[in-house]
Amino acid sequence: MTTKKNQPTHPLDSLVRTDRIPHIWCPGCGVGTAFSSCLIAMKSSGIDLQKTTMVSGIGCSARGPGYTNLDSYHTTHGRAIPYATGMKLANPQLNVVVFSGDGDLFAIGGNHFIHAARRNIDLTVVCVNNLNYGMTGGQVAATTPSLSKTTTTPQGNPEPPFNLPLLAFASGATYVARWTILHTRDLTKSIEEALQRRGFSFIEVLAPCPTGYGRRNRERPLDALRFYQEKSIIKNDAHPADIILDYQKGITLGTFVDVEKPTFTDIYEKTCRLDPAACM
Amino acid sequence: MRPEVLTGEHFLTGDEACAEGALAAGCRFFGAYPITPATEIAERMALYLPEVGGTFIQMEDEIAAMAAVLGASSAGAKSMSATSGPGFSLMMENFGLGIYTEIPCVLVNVQRAGPSTGLPTMPAQGDMMQARWGSHGPYEVIALAPSSPQEMFYQTITAFNLSETFRLPVLIMADEVTGHLSEKVVIPEADAIKLQTRKLPRGRKDRFKPFQPGPDEVPPMAAAGEGYGIHVTGLTHDERGYPAMSPEAHEKLVARIVGKIRNNRHRIIQTESYRLDDAEIAIISYGVSGRSSLAAVDEAREKGIKAGLLRLITVWPFPEELIESLAKKMKALVTVEINLGQIHLEVERCSRGRCASFLVGHAGGTVISPDRILESLEAIHK
Repeated sequence: MTTKKNQPTHPLDSLVRTDRIPHIWCPGCGVGTAFSSCLIAMKSSGIDLQKTTMVSGIGCSARGPGYTNLDSYHTTHGRAIPYATGMKLANPQLNVVVFSGDGDLFAIGGNHFIHAARRNIDLTVVCVNNLNYGMTGGQVAATTPSLSKTTTTPQGNPEPPFNLPLLAFASGATYVARWTILHTRDLTKSIEEALQRRGFSFIEVLAPCPTGYGRRNRERPLDALRFYQEKSIIKNDAHPADIILDYQKGITLGTFVDVEKPTFTDIYEKTCRLDPAACM
Repeated sequence: MRPEVLTGEHFLTGDEACAEGALAAGCRFFGAYPITPATEIAERMALYLPEVGGTFIQMEDEIAAMAAVLGASSAGAKSMSATSGPGFSLMMENFGLGIYTEIPCVLVNVQRAGPSTGLPTMPAQGDMMQARWGSHGPYEVIALAPSSPQEMFYQTITAFNLSETFRLPVLIMADEVTGHLSEKVVIPEADAIKLQTRKLPRGRKDRFKPFQPGPDEVPPMAAAGEGYGIHVTGLTHDERGYPAMSPEAHEKLVARIVGKIRNNRHRIIQTESYRLDDAEIAIISYGVSGRSSLAAVDEAREKGIKAGLLRLITVWPFPEELIESLAKKMKALVTVEINLGQIHLEVERCSRGRCASFLVGHAGGTVISPDRILESLEAIHK
């Protein structure tokens, strides 16, 4: 760490590769706040950080692991979850955290998400949802609201977006939550819970992208935060099919699923490991 | 419980022997997606990996399989996947990630006839150039070509040893016939099998630079969870593993990952010569075509044609110097392979016009018969 003597240190410095700062995130971007919450949660959760690894795909959020002073893997676009799956299965002692964006995890990587959730691989997946592809300059994503303008939907998005918590729930995730970057305490607590749970945990974090999304949709940098404050309704335990994400009607936040199920590794150990004849 | 090494004489298919080679080499993670004619490798690994403490998982597609294999190796396990043409295409992006982030693992392609779905149950050797150039950007690969179940066993061990020594995904480019053919496979005692494992870091953990190479141009490798706090990225990176976005950093890194293979090619390349000493026509072949070629050489000799065979056990890196020296001595070089000319182009390139060069090949679906090779040798001999 190259902290100068007179400079005050940040409480998260021990978890940050300070020699990699400044980061790439734009002014007004929400990724950094989600990232801080994730680091605080890692610290406060009591998990063994030496045994903790962060994995990402490609995109703005996917740069997070590169700034983390832990074992971190910045892989290919969409493939963080299968990469993390291999890590977890090869060494079940690892705490494997996937920190990536909505485009990465749900468009190009959507197939991997549903299968890892179905298998109940013991991962913590934090998805920063900024409603578009930020790194490539603001293209439509699988999470972009209908009729929103992006560089590839210049007349308005003809597609409906995914309801990510519903998708996670339907696929078998054992912990599902949604927060915004304005709700940092709830978010941090939720990530902390997810880190302590065994099983496939998913947390969606709504975050503004003024550079890519906001400026094409009459959303000034603070507007998104105002929406988060005025329109959000916290409904813990709400059924994921009933939750909404609509800047006019409201945004449902909360922890929607928190159940226990045996993980892939638990079942593999019981069924395959001891009596190989049972595998046949 | 079965032993890790199935010492003894067995009657196995090439695919089964490949799985046995992997188990004997210490492979402890296998991620795959079913595909003819490679599925039997996955099936045997699914059955036996848990018995030796490993984990098998059938992933949702080959993209995921390759990603999981890289992840498992990053976490410290010797890892492997097996596929065929269509799956091989899907794996290429992550194969490139493995090359660039220097993650050891083994990838088997039991080749079937392409393009596209092609002839799924029939042999070909049409992916040899894809093996070399299938991912994007400049890089070097190591690819082996077994020609029998016995070689499937040994080459799988060799592939793991090379991958661990040079830190890269190593390819085994088999073919449907070699994969499905049943033959005697002799598996030695465990003590008689030499295994290599990745070089481990030494010294202070907080000062470790994960991409600082040793004199052999290969960096030691720390696994996740060992306390080194490493960063690994598919972006161009410096010795610390940090993204380094400049043409200079790119040149330096690419030069090293290319150099570590090219400069060590004499340690890597293996070939087998048959009746080449007094030959006038040399056949260059590999895999199942190497076996047809062997028969053709004997038949040609009976007819008074001085033919010999250079069988490539390592196809990539290509034995450039050896081909060049053969071209100086021979009247003609004949490449025999089940495609329309892939390694043939390499042979032509390396012979630099010093002798005539011919191809005996077809688009795939069956082996090349010794008769067809013999016809070609007779025509050249005239």
